[in-house]
Amino acid sequence: MRELKEKKYTEQSSFNQIKKSTNVIFNVIFLTLGLMCIFPLLFVFSISITSEEALRVGGYQIIPQEFSNAAYMFLWNERGTILRALFMSVLVTVVGTVITIALTTSMGYVASRRTFKLKGLYTWIIFIPMVFNGGMLASYVVVNNILGLSNTIWALILPLACSSFSVTICRTFFRTTVPDALIEAAKIDGAGQFKIWSGIVLPISKPVMATIGMFAAFGYWNDWFQASLYIQDKNLQTLQSMLNKIQENIEYIANNPYGGLSLQQYKMGMPTESVRMAIAIIIIVPIACTYPFFQKYFISGLTVGSVKE
Amino acid sequence: MGKQKTPQKAAKGRRNRWTKDDTELTLLSLPTLLWYLIFSYLPMFGVVIAFKEYKLAPGGHGFLYNLFTSDWVGIKNFKYFFTSNSFAMLLRNTILYNIAFIIISASVAVGGALILSNMRNKRGSKVYQTMMFLPYFMSWVVISYFVYALLTPERGYLNGMIKALGGEPVMWYQESKYWPFILVILNTWKGMGYGMVMYLASITSINQSLYEAAVMDGATKWQQMKHITLPGIKPVFVMMLILDCGKIFNSDFGLFYQVTGGIPASLYTTVSTFDTFIYNSIQSTAPIGQTAAASFFQAVCSCGTILFANWVVSKIDNENRLI
Repeated sequence: MRELKEKKYTEQSSFNQIKKSTNVIFNVIFLTLGLMCIFPLLFVFSISITSEEALRVGGYQIIPQEFSNAAYMFLWNERGTILRALFMSVLVTVVGTVITIALTTSMGYVASRRTFKLKGLYTWIIFIPMVFNGGMLASYVVVNNILGLSNTIWALILPLACSSFSVTICRTFFRTTVPDALIEAAKIDGAGQFKIWSGIVLPISKPVMATIGMFAAFGYWNDWFQASLYIQDKNLQTLQSMLNKIQENIEYIANNPYGGLSLQQYKMGMPTESVRMAIAIIIIVPIACTYPFFQKYFISGLTVGSVKE
Repeated sequence: MGKQKTPQKAAKGRRNRWTKDDTELTLLSLPTLLWYLIFSYLPMFGVVIAFKEYKLAPGGHGFLYNLFTSDWVGIKNFKYFFTSNSFAMLLRNTILYNIAFIIISASVAVGGALILSNMRNKRGSKVYQTMMFLPYFMSWVVISYFVYALLTPERGYLNGMIKALGGEPVMWYQESKYWPFILVILNTWKGMGYGMVMYLASITSINQSLYEAAVMDGATKWQQMKHITLPGIKPVFVMMLILDCGKIFNSDFGLFYQVTGGIPASLYTTVSTFDTFIYNSIQSTAPIGQTAAASFFQAVCSCGTILFANWVVSKIDNENRLI
């Protein structure tokens, strides 16, 4: 340690740095942890490209014993079902994210205005749901029995469309980064609040919109829970709920026999194990490809969120 | 909804008068207010279901009509829930799992963030963070497939390894003794990237001149950590702790339900929590009032714990309280 301190003063680049050997140990630990975290992606992918025969004999292996594209060919043959589910997933994600951003930023903006007469009331409206909620059953009753949204796309979108957590992030962001003078100037020019929100505040608030939008988009893309409660209609299945359904019954997606096979023979011959994993891959790959680029928005959101009022 | 509450009295002066601005702001927030009303506040009144014996009235009326015409039964539903065989088990599981999750996740996140912040190769540290963030973005359904590939008795990877080493294969989905560990490991694994990155962000926001001054005074890395870094991340740590305590009666439904493969009977008493119990009740034909009682009990306890945790923090260290 003493040697290190000597070195610190002579070598500016390693000022107050840990020892090289410690650094190597830290790197080894984190490389292992990092690999553990991406391991499932590789493992599931390698199962999806292994032949059914090899899976039956040798079990699930990290290195495929025998390559096969049967799973992906099968999915291609059933592309009607798969593409419809994919379309639903994309639709829910896009529509949901847009609605979420609109609801959250408008509320966040209004609650951030210091001169607003109902500011105190709004603070409570936003705060109470953070500590108390009606519970799973009551939400189910509202969506299913009172609003009657079961088996509509809205049951997948609306219950997740807003949250006090993201409203708080927005409010803190607007309060700290949008200067009051800017709003006052716009008001003097005769702009109404809606115009100020959509024309001035939102364009300069892209970072927070990105944060909220990303949280929302990943939330919608990954949601299977709403679907499992509210959706029975096959045509409204998203990819996640399809994956959830075929856990029990893989034959559920085999509808489209070809090559003169009967439906029964077709179902018997389908590469069940690798098909499951192939669908999981279809879900993970878009996430794995996009999240590294949006990671910084998550982090900025987390840091803003942790700023107290 | 707020207009009636506005101070209309002229005596309050011009400054407090309701202006066009206020109207516009209220209108702008109206859609979100409606959302809050329907999806946050309306379910809170769902509590009345817990005090009723819900019956279908003859004539095929709507849900609300049936609810209003159902009989009040006082606390009968709660009594039934509290005296059922499941209650003690659910309470124990939910709380113990959460305590384990909170302690282990927080230690891993803080420890990891400390190491990452000290790493000499900043680019490497960024790459590790990105890698570790991946599980956070995977749904429990996807993870349950991965777990299945590891654990399924016949073809699973773990049993393959055990067999290769000459051991006896384990029927993972039937042996309840392993599951507390499996669930804790998975929960830590999924959340560690998120936790580390959050604490790392709070470490990097600490004023660097503090460290420079400490080095000039001859402080070791260890001393710097103890006297600068840890106090620096305390506010975030306390906030996370309060929020986690508020969730101590809730559970990550996907973890308990999906990963176990829908909770097989052999694991029922080991991995059931309030959330899985309520979910199963919704899907089954259990009387809706009893499910509502369980749901309401959970919501009240959550509210109580978060306020209690906040109160404790305010007694110890008033600066860091959340509310």
